[in-house]
Amino acid sequence: MNKIFEKGGKLYFLHSTIDAFETFLKVPGTVAKKGAHIRDSVDLKRIMIIAVISVIPAALFGMWNVGYQHALAVQGPGAPLDIWSNFWFGFLKVLPLYIVAYGVGLFIEFASAQIRGEEVNEGYLMSGMLIPLIVPVDVPLWMLAIAVAFAVLFGKEVFGGTGMNIWNPALLTRAFLFFSYPDHMSGSGSWIALRKGENLLDGATGATPLSFVGDGMDALTGAGVQYGTSFWDLFVGTVPGSVGETSAIAILLGAIILLWTGVASWKIMVSSVAGALLVGWLGNVCGATDVPALTQLVLGGFAFGTVFMATDPVTSAQTEPGKWIYGFLVGAICVVVRLFNPGYAEGMMLAILLGNTFAPLIDWCVVNRHLARKARKARIA
Amino acid sequence: MSNNIDLKKGLNIPIKGSARPVVCKTVVPDTVAVVPSDFKGLVPRLLVKEGDRVLAGSPVLADKKNPDILVTSPVSGTVKEIVRGEKRKLLEVLIGTDSEQEYLDFGCKRPESLSTDEVRTVLLQSGLWAAIVQRPYGILADPALKPKAIFISAFNTAPLAPDTEFVLGDEFAAVQAGVNALSKLTDGGVHVSLKSDNYSSTPFHKLENAILHTFSGKHPAGNVGVQISHIAPIRKDETVWTVSLLMAAAIGKLFLKGKYDLCRKVAVCGPAAVDPAYVETLPGMPVKEIVSFIGEGDIRVVSGDVLSGRCVGKDGYLGFFDNQVTLLKEGADTELFGWAKPFRFNQFSASRSYFSWLLPKKQYGMDTNLHGGPRAFVMSDSYYAGVLPMDIYPLYLVKACLAGDIDKMEQLGIYEVLPEDLALCEYIDPSKNYIQDIVQHGIDLMIQEMA
Repeated sequence: MNKIFEKGGKLYFLHSTIDAFETFLKVPGTVAKKGAHIRDSVDLKRIMIIAVISVIPAALFGMWNVGYQHALAVQGPGAPLDIWSNFWFGFLKVLPLYIVAYGVGLFIEFASAQIRGEEVNEGYLMSGMLIPLIVPVDVPLWMLAIAVAFAVLFGKEVFGGTGMNIWNPALLTRAFLFFSYPDHMSGSGSWIALRKGENLLDGATGATPLSFVGDGMDALTGAGVQYGTSFWDLFVGTVPGSVGETSAIAILLGAIILLWTGVASWKIMVSSVAGALLVGWLGNVCGATDVPALTQLVLGGFAFGTVFMATDPVTSAQTEPGKWIYGFLVGAICVVVRLFNPGYAEGMMLAILLGNTFAPLIDWCVVNRHLARKARKARIA
Repeated sequence: MSNNIDLKKGLNIPIKGSARPVVCKTVVPDTVAVVPSDFKGLVPRLLVKEGDRVLAGSPVLADKKNPDILVTSPVSGTVKEIVRGEKRKLLEVLIGTDSEQEYLDFGCKRPESLSTDEVRTVLLQSGLWAAIVQRPYGILADPALKPKAIFISAFNTAPLAPDTEFVLGDEFAAVQAGVNALSKLTDGGVHVSLKSDNYSSTPFHKLENAILHTFSGKHPAGNVGVQISHIAPIRKDETVWTVSLLMAAAIGKLFLKGKYDLCRKVAVCGPAAVDPAYVETLPGMPVKEIVSFIGEGDIRVVSGDVLSGRCVGKDGYLGFFDNQVTLLKEGADTELFGWAKPFRFNQFSASRSYFSWLLPKKQYGMDTNLHGGPRAFVMSDSYYAGVLPMDIYPLYLVKACLAGDIDKMEQLGIYEVLPEDLALCEYIDPSKNYIQDIVQHGIDLMIQEMA
């Protein structure tokens, strides 16, 4: 690094930035000063890049689907399945979201790292990748910018940066949008991208399948003329929704990458699915809903949240037993919200944020149980 | 054998450069160093002046808190230099070696027939008391205490560790005498842990007067701290002592031959070692004597293993407790797009985010590069717990140490660990924290607060 960026140099205020770009290009020649003289070749950059790669299938499908939903809504079920034009339409819609999410978030991240005198943490690479995928495609960019700024500043930096935060920053962005600008985050206004002057087809709906679930299976089946709502449609993801959340197939691809590389915890994923299935089944048994439990898994943001957001190692539970409890809680609360809150059908966001909030408590209980057991064993011995 | 303790957690680091089982030379150093910092908890008081004559076994240092504890000279000769550092801190005492070695005579004794006091006195006088490590905290043993038990690990799982059977196989009689002596110091018995793989082929399964245990599993299964936590975990207000097998042999030789003989086979190993093999030498040997093993370039010389050994440099000395010198290249080179390459065939990772797990047999020429920058802890506790076969939550303990929270450290198991037990957690940490250093600071804080 040039001397000018070192402490005392004229451009010291760019130190963290320069360091971030330099170490981005090449692994630095820093050596272990004390302790273990050799170190594993894995670092946070590697872990984060794998997490980012795992999201790419969902992002690509999401872009295509934005275009496809637009075509469906304007031209009806006979709309052309032309992959490239649909993808290009969606790409141009989603790209600004990415530019805003990464631009605003990374700026704050770099500035905070410099203020703390630390190196820039890679955590935001993942958050920035997720944020555009969990918002409606037509969300105004200035809203997104404010929401990102809020989430990164108050959700992360005030706690001390990545690793110290309590809530998942990407979900905090969505929560901020949801509570500040509910008009743009629910209902039927913003899920399908329309050009100026374009109107929805007669009988078409701008609402997501999830918003019909509260009224049962019949409402879901008759949702809108332009898209189908069979299990298979929902599984493939050719329905409106937040950009990246619709396709269970693309998300499963990501899950395979995360689990195969061991970056995310399979325990959280499995227990979250178990929690959702159990509550969904109970809902069927008690007559609260006639939507099958399995359909809950492919609706809305459940799959996306379970795979990419609930498994965030910082904000999820730390201990192995804690992960089972935490995941189960997330899945269960998600479906509970869907069943009993007709005003707001998407339970996943609040379920994970609530899970994040309770994760330290869950861990505290697990660790204390462990300590108590150890103390008891010591007394007996 | 029936009650073998099988440890599932751990990691064997596939590092290149293990020593050929051949003693390729015997090094008789013309200078040896007595280094006070080899002994944790020793506050050294100097007992010699420059120019003094010493014999092998003559006192050089005493502990200020416990003046009975002596550190003695491994050779006979003349005190050449007393090296001090900042604030006149005593760094090392250099002793020039005589051509003919003379040993102080402690008298041949049969430890079985001695009383506790007699064993203790001989050990204190000879300087071998300092070879006993007291837990919690890993400090000099307090002669006034009677420990709950004494533990010896008879195998070593550390990377490139010297082969116990090759190094000490022919000193069975000495080890047996050492065990007999140590058993006088405790009512809880001497616990010796063996590797289950070679239980029947190692001579040490014939040890008498000891309670034998067998372990199987990856590193750190050979760490005595891990073994203790499975045999009888250390609780508050308990003390146990640990002795390495090497030191048990030295104690045995003291009783059998009446002399202070620390001569040992030392593995000179590591990816940067030229033709790695064993040498026979004494602790305090200058690294200069084995310069022929050191390859080209900027090489780090570590006395001990790569995970918890001490970087001593080319002007350093072999540590008192060590029978391994590891040579590593300083990894000060940058690597373009290193972390972003899909494959890095010459880099090992315990995580599956690289593909080295597909090549389980491959060995790697590792260097000292950190492979990343320091970050806050991001991965969860279970990531680290995967390489720590103890009933402990490592990340919680480390964070308690960082916070300096005495109560929490105590509850989470600071009494059971030494930094070396968490060395693998440090190795795999993607956030590149100095975990062993953090734990050592925690232990120092405990000593300070509990005193």
